[in-house]
Amino acid sequence: MVNLETLLVLAVFGPLVGAIVAGLFGKRIGNVPSQTVTTGLLFLSCAISWYAFARHTWGGQERFVVELLPFIQIGDFMSTWSIRFDALSATMLIVVTTVSALVHLYSWGYMADDPGKPRFFAYLSLFTFAMLALVTANDFMQLFFGWEGVGLASYLLIGFWFHKATANAASIKAFVVNRVGDFGFALGIFTVFAMFGTIRFDELFPLIPSMAGKTWHFIGQDWSALNLAGFLLFVGACGKSAQFFLHTWLPDAMEGPTPVSALIHAATMVTAGVYMVCLLSPLYEHALIARDIVCITGAVTSLFAATVGLAQNDIKRVIAYSTCSQLGYMFFAAGVGAYDAAMFHLFTHAAFKALLFLGAGSVIVGMHHEQDMRGMGGLRKYMPLTFAAMTIGTIAITGLGWPGVGGFAGFYSKDAIIEAAYAAGQHNNAGMFAFWIGVIVAGLTAYYSWRLAFMTFEGSKKWAHGHAHVADDHASHAQIESHSEPDASHDDHGHGHHGVDEHHPPKESPAPILIPLFVLSVAAIAAGFVFAPYFLGEHQADYWRGAIYGIGGEGAHAAGEHHEHPPQWVVFAPLVVSVLGLLFAAWFYLVKEGLAKRLADNGGPLHSFFYNKWFFDELYDFVFVKGAKAIGDAFKWADKNLIDRLGPDGFAWSSLFSAGRLSRIQSGYVYHYAFVMLLGVAGLLTFAFWLVS
Amino acid sequence: MPYVLSIVTFMPLVGALLIVLLRGPGKDQAGRDANAKWIALGTTVATLAVSLVMLAGYDASDPGYQFVERFDWFAGAQYHMGVDGVSILFVVLNAFLMPLCIAASWTSIKERIPEYMIAFLVLETLVNGVFTSLDLFLFYIFFEGGLVPMFLIIGIWGGKDRVYAAYKFFLYTLLGSVLMLAAMLYMANTAGTTSIPELSKFAFDSNTQILLWLAFFASFAVKMPMWPVHTWLPDAHVQAPTAGSVILAGILLKLGGYGFIRFNLPMFPHASEVLAPLVFGLSVVAIIYTSLVAFRQTDIKKLIAYSSVAHMGFVTMGIFAGNDLGVQGAVFQMISHGLISGALFLCVGVVYDRMHTREIAFYGGLAERMPWYAATFMLFTMANVGLPGTSGFIGEITTMAGTYQVSTWTVFLAATGVILSAVYALTLYRKVIFGTITNPALKTIEDMDWREVAIFAPLIAGTLWLGVYPAAVLNITEASVHAVVSTYQAAIGG
Repeated sequence: MVNLETLLVLAVFGPLVGAIVAGLFGKRIGNVPSQTVTTGLLFLSCAISWYAFARHTWGGQERFVVELLPFIQIGDFMSTWSIRFDALSATMLIVVTTVSALVHLYSWGYMADDPGKPRFFAYLSLFTFAMLALVTANDFMQLFFGWEGVGLASYLLIGFWFHKATANAASIKAFVVNRVGDFGFALGIFTVFAMFGTIRFDELFPLIPSMAGKTWHFIGQDWSALNLAGFLLFVGACGKSAQFFLHTWLPDAMEGPTPVSALIHAATMVTAGVYMVCLLSPLYEHALIARDIVCITGAVTSLFAATVGLAQNDIKRVIAYSTCSQLGYMFFAAGVGAYDAAMFHLFTHAAFKALLFLGAGSVIVGMHHEQDMRGMGGLRKYMPLTFAAMTIGTIAITGLGWPGVGGFAGFYSKDAIIEAAYAAGQHNNAGMFAFWIGVIVAGLTAYYSWRLAFMTFEGSKKWAHGHAHVADDHASHAQIESHSEPDASHDDHGHGHHGVDEHHPPKESPAPILIPLFVLSVAAIAAGFVFAPYFLGEHQADYWRGAIYGIGGEGAHAAGEHHEHPPQWVVFAPLVVSVLGLLFAAWFYLVKEGLAKRLADNGGPLHSFFYNKWFFDELYDFVFVKGAKAIGDAFKWADKNLIDRLGPDGFAWSSLFSAGRLSRIQSGYVYHYAFVMLLGVAGLLTFAFWLVS
Repeated sequence: MPYVLSIVTFMPLVGALLIVLLRGPGKDQAGRDANAKWIALGTTVATLAVSLVMLAGYDASDPGYQFVERFDWFAGAQYHMGVDGVSILFVVLNAFLMPLCIAASWTSIKERIPEYMIAFLVLETLVNGVFTSLDLFLFYIFFEGGLVPMFLIIGIWGGKDRVYAAYKFFLYTLLGSVLMLAAMLYMANTAGTTSIPELSKFAFDSNTQILLWLAFFASFAVKMPMWPVHTWLPDAHVQAPTAGSVILAGILLKLGGYGFIRFNLPMFPHASEVLAPLVFGLSVVAIIYTSLVAFRQTDIKKLIAYSSVAHMGFVTMGIFAGNDLGVQGAVFQMISHGLISGALFLCVGVVYDRMHTREIAFYGGLAERMPWYAATFMLFTMANVGLPGTSGFIGEITTMAGTYQVSTWTVFLAATGVILSAVYALTLYRKVIFGTITNPALKTIEDMDWREVAIFAPLIAGTLWLGVYPAAVLNITEASVHAVVSTYQAAIGG
């Protein structure tokens, strides 16, 4: 039997090989071979990951690190290309490779008519490689490599349809906003290195208590050392995971093809921030202020994104804001110390959110690249399988289930988070804040999720009378607002002439699209009750084995903190509010169809505020984009009119050169200058030697 | 190989002489041109081969100078050559870029081809001389001499405003050099030697150090260039032919950083410590200011030139952090920038050769017609932005990590450069490569040919290899840099 180390090397580098083959030779070997190689290697990678996960979970496989090659090694700044295998990376391995393999398969159907298939599959596989490098890193430099590598892939995939101006703008926005996060992340790494003299996780964690309670001098201030480090690193997490203030790139990232949204901007990359905070739990458990900041930021994000999600009409944007909101849940879970619940929600969310996105993609294909839900309706009859999958996804995300009995995936993880927040809230205001937000957002989540389901699959068929692309009179001009992906088979993405209508009704999608939907549906139903005992329940200590601080490792004090039984009203609160959300959605979009539209048309400041995403884009555009342009112009002017005028142009004889008199003369004159220059140098040297001797 | 340094240094000069001698009267102009090109290519490739042999024979565990040659010369000066772990890499980088420059000029230079090739070969000799000389005056001759061929390359084969640019280049660099020469004379007089290794051990008194430091700083700061003496660079780049820009950004800018490591840090440690805040301040201004100026440029080459200034800010910052991380990072950043900026200027050259304009607004949608070019340009854009996996990342992250230990403010401000570089670089890329072709002139533009691919291939390989396995450089610089750093730390009592 091949040993696990070798297999994992294969699992991590397989996708890279696929990306290189499809990227460099895709044109030569053709579409189908490119797709086969990348998809095949991804399924191989996925199989190995599940095998490794099984070895970890049921085979007692111990943590290990494979070291491959030195990376940056200067003094104590020691970084090594390595593969770290423990409970956290095993969990991430199966999440990443499974969703990625399914998305590769799905793209056979979704991208069938696209001329750039090899490039697309190459990017998908490149992304997967970078993500695997991220989750298996054993030090901050490899983590950073994966971190920015997935950012690169995200940039390339958001801008995949490079003819489209909005896609290009969105891709740059994603990269730059992530860089803002990385600014903090890099400072955090430097701080950690300066404090502890190491950037390796296994060397770092035991040292952390030594800095507890100490102060650290940074940009002219004394800060609480560990809180400073925790905060700076968290800024990086905010960028990657689209948390409040740095969230603005995620909705725009929906410009990318839908499989990308499912893989990168829902299931995997955006959860990297959560993963990092959980990985660094030994730090955050000693940095309680930083942890509170994580908690509050997560809670605010979950509320903010949910409110915006209520008012969006683009099917992908609703899911995007939903993702942002669910990431907020994960962060506030981590922020109250429930890293296990955060990781579990990451795990279940990957299943049901990928399902929702891929389902939405199926709807978009069926609707011939219409994304505005106001042009949909009544699709249940025409796309029954997609409808079934989306319904399962919706039940999973709204967390329906009966406490003490069971439910779909989201029920286990979301309730665990809300209960943990309540438990933490007994002695921590941030926790109580998060608890109440968590309950409210559970209701909002149910409302916007069911709203999406009803607008799409139920009610009247808005598409029946020709192509109904609803004019968007609420959109402000500054924001990037697009309701359509370019129809892949045509470079010009006009699509009015081949939309759906009564004579060409939407059709159910082909098998490559339906198979991933089926697999993810099973996961969205079962991931909760199958894995809850390992992530949260009785096998917990044996599952985590110290990969998360305090659970199953030495000093396992935190375990059980959130397993005290909360009062019954806390346990039932999420259920009650989600049912309320469901009922409201049903009232507005089933019983009184059209009521919501009338309300929205009448405006109201609150709707406008939500619809325009709290005006973040406008604010940032004004402050940062316009600000940078203005300052840049000022400096450009200063170069010409201050520095040059006081410097070289200020010399009287410069007029000889700049007035253009000499510049018209034969370039042979340049020889003369050169000769004069040589003479000058020679003269200076002669003078010099005369002085010395 | 005995006298390997002299061979590496003067081999290109021999090639230049061959071009002069072999342009027999029997040949027509085309024959002479072809002759010159092939001799130049052959010579530069041979020089590269010798430099690689030298690198293979270099003992990285020995921090001192190796392959030393020392003869009495005249007036107390000596012909004294040697390389350590820092300078040997610059010699190799120079030898590596030169054949690419010759190849890049193969079809784009149409006038005075033999003279052009001679200028490049002479430049290679002079630059190698700078990095190999261990005598103050030998260094000075090579250092100043290097101005002349560069001046000619810009002034003769440059663009429309080449004379103004050449003049500006000349004026700035000469003013700096005069001060440096005065300082060198004083040092030779006081210490009684012109040997660089011996001067590194000589302790100048603290106040003198400040003056000497400033004199050297004036010369090297112009070369880097640092803000506010950077304005010659964008003009020089815009006017220079493509290969001139490659060598200017790839090698000539590194003379400044090399000078700081060879002179300022070891010879004037006290002054370096006292004046480090000045360097930090100017570095930070360079990073932020020039990044924002780059963002607003309308000329592709000017944008990349400004971006060079910003990247050199990390170098100066790292050097005067005065620790292993900072200085090793700075050397790495210089080597890496030599590859990346060279490649970016070559990228500009590819479209300039076809369309004869560098206006950003002229382009757009090139990805459609030029996929290989788009991929190459993307790679170097990302390297310029400092993406991990490319060499650009290593230099930035290590100089910042090193400087953090000395000044957190500096790093806090410099780190905004990682945001700003993404802004200008990706905006440029988007405007040139993405979108749809609207300019009718671009409808028939051709992708790169085999010659261009062959020029980029070694640069791509180098950028990725050093990005993944930076130890290839760090192992060589480690011992020598550590020697410099520990002398510096001992002198300042740190």
